[in-house]
Amino acid sequence: MISIKQLHKRFGRQEVLKGIDLHFSAGEGLALIGPNGSGKTTLIKCLLGLNTIRQDQIRFDGQDIFGQSAYRKNIGYMPQISRFPEQMRVKELFMLMKSIRSEESNYDMDLFEAFEIEALYPKKMGLLSGGMRQKVSAALAFLFHPDVLILDEPTAGLDPVSNEMLKEKLRKTIHQENKLVLITSHVLNDLDDIASRLVYLMEGRVLFDKQLAELQAETSENRLNAMIATFLRKQTSHG
Amino acid sequence: MGRIIQFLATDLVKNKTIIFYLLFLWVTGFGLISLQGQGEKTLLALLNISILVVPLVCLVFSIIYFYNMYEFLLLLHAQPLARSTLLISFYISLSLVLTGAYLVGLGLPLYFSDAGGAGLLLLLTGSLWNLIFIGLALLMAIWASDRTKGMGFSLLIWVYFVLLFDGLVLLLMYNFNEYPIEKLVLYISFLNPLDLGRILVLMQTDAAALMGYSGAIFQMVFSENWGKGLVLVLLLLWALIPFSVSIRWFNKKDL
Repeated sequence: MISIKQLHKRFGRQEVLKGIDLHFSAGEGLALIGPNGSGKTTLIKCLLGLNTIRQDQIRFDGQDIFGQSAYRKNIGYMPQISRFPEQMRVKELFMLMKSIRSEESNYDMDLFEAFEIEALYPKKMGLLSGGMRQKVSAALAFLFHPDVLILDEPTAGLDPVSNEMLKEKLRKTIHQENKLVLITSHVLNDLDDIASRLVYLMEGRVLFDKQLAELQAETSENRLNAMIATFLRKQTSHG
Repeated sequence: MGRIIQFLATDLVKNKTIIFYLLFLWVTGFGLISLQGQGEKTLLALLNISILVVPLVCLVFSIIYFYNMYEFLLLLHAQPLARSTLLISFYISLSLVLTGAYLVGLGLPLYFSDAGGAGLLLLLTGSLWNLIFIGLALLMAIWASDRTKGMGFSLLIWVYFVLLFDGLVLLLMYNFNEYPIEKLVLYISFLNPLDLGRILVLMQTDAAALMGYSGAIFQMVFSENWGKGLVLVLLLLWALIPFSVSIRWFNKKDL
């Protein structure tokens, strides 16, 4: 579904991504992890076209995304920090988004209803708390039934109940609707039963890319946190 | 694109600064009429106010608005919209609202001051100035991700076009007044849209007679229809070139 080939990205003198090769397919719950500054957000921004790339580096459904915008109708994106115009009302945001995507008439209202967004309709964005804005942003990401969901630190700022709702929705999206979900998170416990594959980035390179079951067998641990810790320890002691 | 323009334009119209700007133009316009009466003096005063205020408001307001709406821009960017569509929507909405405020703000006083053709020409030139300086503001906003830097340079643009440029031309004329530099001064004035517009409007009034020998050269160009057409085309180029550069930069920018 998405294939990344020799993706390099530099900002000035600093090379943030040093040649990434990855292939993601539908039905995968993909956890993109790695220490701060490892290039996770940069990679996501490249996928979304927010960071410029060169020709033939990223393909979406076989199509080169260089200079394209139409492929983004298949992507739902929830940013790390959601900011909206202060004066904008929640209702206006949803109306605007629906009118931009007027070709879609079938909306995914699961999260919209679960988070009770309609009750926020008359409120101004500037008055919403960080967590409420995350909820709005999550509902918006799912609204148009995208084939790919990209969530950058989705659970930061959400209360436990909402967090569970989001995870429930993600499980459904991956396992029943066979969609691709790409999550970055530092809170590994949140990824436990969503992720089926782990990609660990380190200083702009893919350190390892493994199916969860594989990793589990190699490390004989049950929790994601412990698995990664054990695996990294092994790696460093070997190398 | 239409929906985004509609949204942004509505958002802008509700902005208090725009309402304040409109009130300011009305107060100055009608104030001048009541102080100086109708006629050319008022027209010239309105011309000078336009030269000072239009670039400043367009530059500062547009750049602040762009930076404030940056997150919203990113949000829209996640939708299947081309980058050029986004920037063009921003440019058109800002142009519609700021030019609209200018036209209503000065058009009403000018209508009551019986300014006639020269007044219409002032409104036309002023509208073009709006388009030019909104384009320059977007150019600066895209060039500088750092807000202070963007704001600083856009203020520098204002100082340059409003004050520095005229000073340099004056210095040139003072030092080379023994040479026939009138034609040269004419060409140099092409480099400043504010000067171009100012001369264009001035030439339609009696004040043109006070401009001496270089005034005579200007008269030859700026009072003929082809000359007026040329100036308007030059002003349009001043609006289009920075904006098309800003689209190009925006397409290559890491947001």
